[in-house]
Amino acid sequence: MEILIPLIIIALIVVFVVGMYNRLVTLRQRVREAWSDIDVQLKRRHDLIPNLVATVQGYAAHEKGVFENVTKARAAAVAAGQSGTPQERAVAENQLTAALRTVFAVAENYPQLQAVQEFKDLSENLTATEDKISFARRFYNGNVRDYNTALQTVPTNILAGMFGFTPEQYFELADATEREVPKVSFS
Amino acid sequence: MAASPSRLNIYDAVAANRWRTAALIVVFAGILTGLAYVVGEYFAPGYGVAMIPLALGFSGLSATASYFAGDKLVLAQSQARELGPGEEPQLRNIVETLSIGLGIAPPRIYVIDDSAPNAFATGRDPKHASIAVTRGLLDKLDRTELEGVLAHELSHVVNHDIRVMLLVTVLVGTVALLSDWMLRSFFWGGGGRRGRDRSSGGGIFVILAIVLAILTPIVATLIQLAVSRQREYLADASGALLTRYPPGLANALRKIAADKEALEVANKATASLYFANPLKDAPRALDGLFDTHPPIAERIRRLEAMG
Repeated sequence: MEILIPLIIIALIVVFVVGMYNRLVTLRQRVREAWSDIDVQLKRRHDLIPNLVATVQGYAAHEKGVFENVTKARAAAVAAGQSGTPQERAVAENQLTAALRTVFAVAENYPQLQAVQEFKDLSENLTATEDKISFARRFYNGNVRDYNTALQTVPTNILAGMFGFTPEQYFELADATEREVPKVSFS
Repeated sequence: MAASPSRLNIYDAVAANRWRTAALIVVFAGILTGLAYVVGEYFAPGYGVAMIPLALGFSGLSATASYFAGDKLVLAQSQARELGPGEEPQLRNIVETLSIGLGIAPPRIYVIDDSAPNAFATGRDPKHASIAVTRGLLDKLDRTELEGVLAHELSHVVNHDIRVMLLVTVLVGTVALLSDWMLRSFFWGGGGRRGRDRSSGGGIFVILAIVLAILTPIVATLIQLAVSRQREYLADASGALLTRYPPGLANALRKIAADKEALEVANKATASLYFANPLKDAPRALDGLFDTHPPIAERIRRLEAMG
């Protein structure tokens, strides 16, 4: 009988450790899934930009500097997308956002362009894509927070150290229009 | 800025709802067992126990049926039409954007051709979810308001509220059916006669049966309505948290409250599904104890407090 007690204790410890390990894996998996959401939307934005440049160029050919700028920013963002860390990508994407704004600012000056259906569709699509990027980013950052918190709190931090779980990076975009978090109580 | 600590973790909300669902099943199964026993004793003294598996089996069956087919039934009943590709790009974009923010696949979108502004969500889980909005909602609300309403509906989807409400509806229905059956037999003088002939404890059961037949459906309905109202507040709060813009939802509620049109395709059975009470009915009695939705003024007040 006495041999049973330590066996039970060992079994309990094993169950506990396995549970913690699986929790960490689940959290890390959520971060990766959330990251692929962002990735899809960023790529979609990259795909829309050449069309936008071509359309606007048809009406404002002499604004060459603006188009070169956005094309360069896009190339940099695509390159960062292939190999960069979230931080490097965020830097490139921020520059691309800024360059895109100048294209739309140029387009403002051409009323005929505003009336073209293709341009309207492109700008609706780009606006929707930027919205999606910002929601995807928020979802991703929330998951990163949950995962990183688990890595730093007892007792999961011990296991995380043993099995080499490393913290993930937040994806930060400079976004002046970011809305404040409302104060919500669920009482 | 990192994600805020007050972000509602949907995984926690879903887990909490799972517990609530389990608790509801236990409570209702208890009510049903008691009621079934009394009904059984009333009709066939000494065999009350036999009624229990019958009642539980029946409600289990109808719960399973509505679990898998309830969404299609409700959509058909509301004459909802699925959105074709390229139709209503703004609506589709908002739904897709909010779904990304929640980390779910976007639900299917339906439109109901009715000018009363309203919306509902259905489907047993996020993978089988559908959202239906009325033509009136699309015409009368602006982008931020529409976003607020859709965020509210998507919160129902991710919180698994629909499943809870579906289950409660079926269970309340079974309780009502049993009581109804018993009350009817009092009026027509059936069943009970045998109990009286034997005169062994039949008297107590008759009284108990009458009391239960009258009280349990009321209690069951009150539980259902309280759960429904609490789900609405929760969906308002998590919807506001998702859009980060409580005034959008508050303005939508204001517009819908001011709109006097009733939704023709809605009925008592589907009323509790909707974003706001579609029936615009009856003066409220008993301080809203019998309402499917909390008062709109209170919903707006809570949203404005979130600032």
